[in-house]
Amino acid sequence: MDFQTFLQQFVNALSLGSLYALIAIGYTMVYGILRLINFAHGDIFMVGGYLAFYGVSTFLMPWWLAVIVAIALTTIFGVGLERVAYRPLRDSPRISIMISAIGASFLLENLAIVLFDARPKAFHVPEFFATNFILGGVHIASVSLVIPVVTAVILAVLLWVVHSTRVGMAMRAVSTDIEAARLMAIDVDRIVSITFAIGSALAAIGGIMYALKYPRLEPLMGIMPGLKCFIAAVIGGIGSIGGAVLGGLLLGIIELMTVAFLPELTGYKDAFAFVLLIVVLLVKPTGLLGKNQGEKV
Amino acid sequence: MDALLRTTGVDKYFGGLAAVSAFNIDVHAGEIVGLIGPNGAGKTTSFNLITGVYTPTSGRIQFEGKDIAGMKPHAITRLGVARTFQNIRLFKEMSVLDNILVAEHMRMGTNLLEATLRLPSYMRKERHVHERARALLDEVGLSAHEQASATSLPYGKQRRLEIARALATEPKLLFLDEPAAGMNPQESVELMNFILKIRDQFKLTIVLIEHHMQVVMGVCKRMYVLDYGVTIAQGTPEEIQNNPAVIEAYLGVG
Amino acid sequence: MNPGLINTGKKLPMSRNQMLTFAAACIGLALLFVFDATFDSFTMQIFKLCAINIILALSLNLINGFTGLFSLGHAGFMAVGAYTCAILTMSPEQKEVNYVLQPIVPWLAHVQLPFLPGLLIGGFLAGFIGWLLGVISLRLRDDYLAIATLGFSEIIRVLLTNAQTVTNGALGLKGLPRFTTMWWAWGSAILITVFLVFLIKSSYGRAFKSIRDNEIAAESMGVDVFGMKVLSFTISSFLAGIAGGLLAHYLTTIDPKQFIFLKTFDILLIVVLGGVGSITGSVIAAIAVTISMEALRFLDGPLNLGFVATTGIPGLRMVFFSALLMVVVIYRQQGLMGKAEFSWDALARIGLLPRRGPKSGKGGR
Repeated sequence: MDFQTFLQQFVNALSLGSLYALIAIGYTMVYGILRLINFAHGDIFMVGGYLAFYGVSTFLMPWWLAVIVAIALTTIFGVGLERVAYRPLRDSPRISIMISAIGASFLLENLAIVLFDARPKAFHVPEFFATNFILGGVHIASVSLVIPVVTAVILAVLLWVVHSTRVGMAMRAVSTDIEAARLMAIDVDRIVSITFAIGSALAAIGGIMYALKYPRLEPLMGIMPGLKCFIAAVIGGIGSIGGAVLGGLLLGIIELMTVAFLPELTGYKDAFAFVLLIVVLLVKPTGLLGKNQGEKV
Repeated sequence: MDALLRTTGVDKYFGGLAAVSAFNIDVHAGEIVGLIGPNGAGKTTSFNLITGVYTPTSGRIQFEGKDIAGMKPHAITRLGVARTFQNIRLFKEMSVLDNILVAEHMRMGTNLLEATLRLPSYMRKERHVHERARALLDEVGLSAHEQASATSLPYGKQRRLEIARALATEPKLLFLDEPAAGMNPQESVELMNFILKIRDQFKLTIVLIEHHMQVVMGVCKRMYVLDYGVTIAQGTPEEIQNNPAVIEAYLGVG
Repeated sequence: MNPGLINTGKKLPMSRNQMLTFAAACIGLALLFVFDATFDSFTMQIFKLCAINIILALSLNLINGFTGLFSLGHAGFMAVGAYTCAILTMSPEQKEVNYVLQPIVPWLAHVQLPFLPGLLIGGFLAGFIGWLLGVISLRLRDDYLAIATLGFSEIIRVLLTNAQTVTNGALGLKGLPRFTTMWWAWGSAILITVFLVFLIKSSYGRAFKSIRDNEIAAESMGVDVFGMKVLSFTISSFLAGIAGGLLAHYLTTIDPKQFIFLKTFDILLIVVLGGVGSITGSVIAAIAVTISMEALRFLDGPLNLGFVATTGIPGLRMVFFSALLMVVVIYRQQGLMGKAEFSWDALARIGLLPRRGPKSGKGGR
C-alpha cells in the first residue's frame, strides 16, 4: 500500500471517527449525569436524519434550513423523551430505567418503520458536500473534510460551555453528586433537560452528516452506529467528553484502517467495536481517560 | 496466649490518601473490643480490610495464625469471621427466614444435581438447616416474623436480624458496625445485653464500632481509638476517657 | 407445579396441595393430548411457539430476575444452540443442497445425529460459551455487563455470517427436519419449568437471590458471589441454547439475521411484562405475548375502523408491543406478578379456593 492510498483511507477514517465522536459525546454526557445508557440515542440520530430528509423532500426547504429545523426538532424530541420515559423512573432501580431506555429505542425503531416506511430512502446530498477535489493526489469528498471540522468546532464550544459557564458548572456538579447538587439549589431537572438537549442536537447533527456520507436512510440505521458510539464512549472513559472524542476517533480509525489493510476481515467489521469493548473492559474497565468509582460499603 | 486476630502495620491508600495507616490490633478469644473515633477516622475501612471487602495496600492480617489479607470476603467468612454493616444490608426481597438460610448455603455441602432433583440426601440437609435457622430466629426473638419480608421489620429488629444472619455463619469472630446507630437509650441497653448474651452463648469474640459511648463503655473491656486512619490510643474505658489525645480528637484542638 | 417444600410435621399421606398439584398435572397432560389431536397445523405452530418462548423467558429471567444481572446476550446463545443442533442433525444430502457457495468442512459433512443428542450438544456448547463469557465479563457492573453481553451476541452473529464453511454464512440453513413436535416443545418447557422451580426454591436459588438483593452482604454471608453468578449465567445460556435448538427445528429455516439482538428485546419484553423475578409471570406472559403477537397480526394488514381506513401498515403490531413495554416499565414496574409465584395457598388467600386443609409447610409465597 502506498502512501497516497494510506492518506486516502486515513481521511475517510478520520471523518467516520469524528462522526462517532460526535454521537459518543451525547452518550457520555447523559451517562455522566444519570448513569444511564441511553439506548435510544442511536434512534434519535436516525430521527435527525429523517427530519432533514423530509424537510428537503416534502417541505421543499433549502438544505441549510432543513438542517436547522431538523436539529431543532430533534432536540425538542430528545428532551421530550427524557421527560416521558426517563424522568418518572429517576429514583427507580437502575435496571428499570435501563429497560425503559431499551423500550424507548424499540418503540422508536418500530414507529419509524410504520411512519417512515421500512424501505430505504435516498438522502439528497447538496452539491456542496458532494464535490470531490484532489489534494496532493488524494481524492477527498468535501463531506469528509466538513465532518472533522464541524466536530472540532462543536467540541470547542462544548468544552467552553462545560468548563466556563454556570450551566456547565451545574452539569459537573450534578454528575459528581446529584443529591449534593440538589441541596445546593441546582435545578437538577433543568440540567438533565439541557444535557439531553445538547446530546440530541449532537445526535441530529451526527445523523445528518452520516446521511451525507452514506446517503441512505433506514429506520434501523441508528442501531449499529448507536451501539458503536456507546462503546467508543466506554473505551474513552465514560463521563469524559475528551474520552468520548478519543474513543470515537480511535474506533473509526481502527475500523476503516483494518478493513483497508486486511480486506479479508471486511465481513467482521461490525464485530471490531465489540471485541475492542470486551478487551478494554477487561484491561481497564474505566476506559482510557475514566476515573474509578467504587461502591461505598 | 496467641491472639485470635492480629493485624500488623496494615495500610490502605485510596488514590494518594491514607484511609488507614499502621493499623495494629490484637483481639483475643472471648474479648469484646471497641473501635471508636470521629467520623471518617477509618473504622469501617479497617473492618472492610479485615473482612476482605478491601485489600490492604500493605501489612499483615492474621486470623488464628493464618494470613487472610487479600482473601475474598466469602472465603474469610468461611474461616469464621462474620460482620454486620453500618447501613443495614439485608436481602430486601427475601423473607426473614430466607435471609438466615442464605448463610447456611456455604455449609450445606450440596451440589446442583441433588438440589434440583430433590434427592433425599438434599431434603435432609434442607430440613436440617431450616431447623437451625428457626432455632436461631427463636434465639433472637424473631420467630414470629419468619415469613415477613426482611425490610418490613421495624428498624431495631432489622438490626437484630442482621446480627442473627451473621451468627448463622457460625463465626468465631464477629464484627459489628455501629449496631446501636439510630436506637434510643432503652433500645441501646437492650442491645448491650443482647451482645453480652450472644457472646457467651455462641462463644464469640466481638469487635464493635460504636458512637454511643454508653454502649461501648458498657460492653467493651478494651478499646482502640482511631483518628485520621491512625491509632491514637488503646486501653480500658477508663484509660481512654482520660487520655488527652482522645479528648483532643473528639473536641478538636482548642 | 407446587411442590410442597418441607413438611415440618409428620408425614401426611398427601396434603391438599399435593393432591391439587397432582390433579392439575393430570388435567394438563390430558389437555396436551386433546390439543395434539384437535389443533389444526396453524394453531399448533403457535401453541409450540408458546412453549419455546416459555423456555427463553425463564432462562432470561433466571439471570436478570433472580440473580440480578442485566444480560442482553440471549440471542447469541440461542444462535449457538440453533446452529449446533441444526448442523449436527442435518442429513449429508441436505447439507450438500444447502452449502452451495462453499462446501461444508469435511469433518461436519457426514455427521448426522438424532434430535436429542443434537439438542443437548447445542445446549452444552451454548452453556460452555456462557461459562467462558461469564468468567470474562461477570466482574463488570450492571450496565457494563449489559453492553458487554449485547456486544458478545453481535460478535456471535458476525461470526455466523462469516464462517461460510461451517454455518453457510448469510444464506442460512434451509430444510431442517421438523423435529420440534408438540411433545418435544411442551415436554422441554415443562421439564425446564420444574427444574427452575426446584432450583429457585433450593439453597442455590436463595444464594442467587441474595446476590440480587445485596451483593456485598451475600459475599459476607459466605456466598461465593462470582462463582454463583457464573453458575447462573451458565445455566441460563444452556437453556437458551436448548430453546435455540428447538426453535431451529420448529422454523426449519435459520439464518444469522434472526439472531440480531432485537430478538433479546422480544424475550425481555416477555420477562418484564410477566414480572422480573417471577417464574409464574414469565410462563403466563410467554403464552399471552405469543398468542397476542399472532392475534394482533391484523394490525399490520389493512384496517377499517369505520372513521379511518388504512391500506396496511406493516410494523404497527410491534409498535403496540414496544409501547406496551414502555407503559409497563413506567407505570407498573412489577409487571403482572412482581416477584410473586403461583401457589395453591395464594389462590386460597384471594378466595379462589376454599381455605381449609392441613397447614402444609411452605407452599410458596
